[in-house]
Amino acid sequence: MALIEFVLVSVALLGIGIYGLAVKRNAIRMLFAVEIIINAANLNLVAFSRYVDDSGGQTLALFSIAIAAAEVAVGLALVVVAYRMYKDVDIANFRSLRG
Amino acid sequence: MADAVFLALSVLTIGSAIAALEMRSLIYGSIALMGSLGGVAGFFFLLDAPFVALFQLAVYVGSIAVLILFTVMLVRRELIFKKIEDRRRKMAGIGLLLVFLVSVGALIMSSGIQQMDSDSPPIDFREIGEDFLVYYWPALVVMALILSGAVTGALVLARREVESGTN
Repeated sequence: MALIEFVLVSVALLGIGIYGLAVKRNAIRMLFAVEIIINAANLNLVAFSRYVDDSGGQTLALFSIAIAAAEVAVGLALVVVAYRMYKDVDIANFRSLRG
Repeated sequence: MADAVFLALSVLTIGSAIAALEMRSLIYGSIALMGSLGGVAGFFFLLDAPFVALFQLAVYVGSIAVLILFTVMLVRRELIFKKIEDRRRKMAGIGLLLVFLVSVGALIMSSGIQQMDSDSPPIDFREIGEDFLVYYWPALVVMALILSGAVTGALVLARREVESGTN
């Protein structure tokens, strides 16, 4: 397998993620799209680290996975708070974030 | 053999990424997202990075997917199945996706990485450990602080305020 195959899969994942962010209005589905984009980036990092023969890519991918976990926790907490305020997950209805 | 595995993993990853966004039910969507993240972990195995792959399985498939499933279950039942999007926007999104894929794909195909191939031995996970503890230890400490701050912040955000009565 050549590097380009992994990069193409990563581009496909990135495109799907951008599509999801542009089209979906459900806050949870937008979080899904963000996750897919982060995974595309991680796949690129690890693929280049394999083919350039440098361990930095894998280290950065591990950092990125850990930060993504924190981001999902905060994002889901925000969705829960917004759902409690508006009884909806449609981001078009989120007018303000005041309590 | 490896090519067949690669093909199967690409179909699994991209197919379940699409399914995660397009499934009617958010619960099945999050299960499909789990499949997509697991497929990326399989790619990591193919790239001789078993440490990152197992980390991905533990953090993403193990904890994040379960967190998402629980949040989805907190949402009202009819909202889980309701699709909120307009048709015109969806068409525009598909157009954007195709334009993006074709342009970036053409850019990558014409670039020099097509010739890149590797015969070097896979990276040992001891090197990653050395990276973490020798070169990037300040970043590791900052990451630990960020993680604890994020978890605390999430707990504070999601806490129910009883005395205000607005639940």
